[in-house]
Amino acid sequence: MGSIWEYANPVKFSRTVSAVLPYVAAAALGCLAVGLVWGFFFTPDDYRQGATVKIIYLHVPAAMIAINAWLMMLAASLIWLIRRHHVSALAARAAAPVGLVMTLIALATGAIWGQPMWGTWWAWDPRLTSFLILTLFYLGYIALWEALEDPDTAADLTSVLCLVGSVFAILSRYAVNFWNQGLHQGASVMRVEAVTGADTEEKVSNVFFAPLMVCMAGFVFLFLALVLLRTRTEIHRRRLKAIEARERMA
Amino acid sequence: MMPELGKYAGTVLSAYAVSLALLVVLVLASIVAARRTARQLEDAEERRKHG
Repeated sequence: MGSIWEYANPVKFSRTVSAVLPYVAAAALGCLAVGLVWGFFFTPDDYRQGATVKIIYLHVPAAMIAINAWLMMLAASLIWLIRRHHVSALAARAAAPVGLVMTLIALATGAIWGQPMWGTWWAWDPRLTSFLILTLFYLGYIALWEALEDPDTAADLTSVLCLVGSVFAILSRYAVNFWNQGLHQGASVMRVEAVTGADTEEKVSNVFFAPLMVCMAGFVFLFLALVLLRTRTEIHRRRLKAIEARERMA
Repeated sequence: MMPELGKYAGTVLSAYAVSLALLVVLVLASIVAARRTARQLEDAEERRKHG
């Protein structure tokens, strides 16, 4: 069995992406279609939140990906800083716009959902605020990549920015545990107490939980498909720039 | 076929519309960029071979 570092070779990585991308994209499309149709058309209203509970199928998976995309970028940035594999730096760059769109979806659906439930579109609540800061970090990260001419310097500086931003990615997930205040409810889907049996907190009912899991799988596959596609595009762009630079020098 | 959304119809439908629109834009932008870059790279590789 080959080492994972074989995929640091851009040619090998691009070939592998071409082979697996159709399957990952099909899995994303299938899971999203099934999960969203199931959740939207075939689940009842919540006894307190009414039909607004259907927003959960977009809000929770988008928020989950928004946080985990940054953590994936962190892992890729560390690989770049330690092992100097260009593919990892390009993968981090490729994931950023996907993460940004997910944070925007989470913020937009949260605001739309919050208005009828909390009576406000926005509150300076720990989780909401840390999520807004994470969005600004995504914007700064993308802007920094665009602003720097030299790709290696850009990869170095964006990796450092990614390390700093990780604090807010983690804070977005655990803010409700650190500060027991604010409007946003605590974790109701993935909780340690739910597994250890010490769970007395309110959690998502089974009737909503199953389609939510399918939607979450769909978002994970969608993220994977988009990152693979966009990383291959970045590899092509880098190769194109190298050829054009050689043409100019000739 | 459409579920009864009651007084929250606007809320739920706008959340879905915004999210799906953002996802469609992201997917289409990624595909268009991938195709354009692949075509440009192919042309450049051709020039390199024959130039």
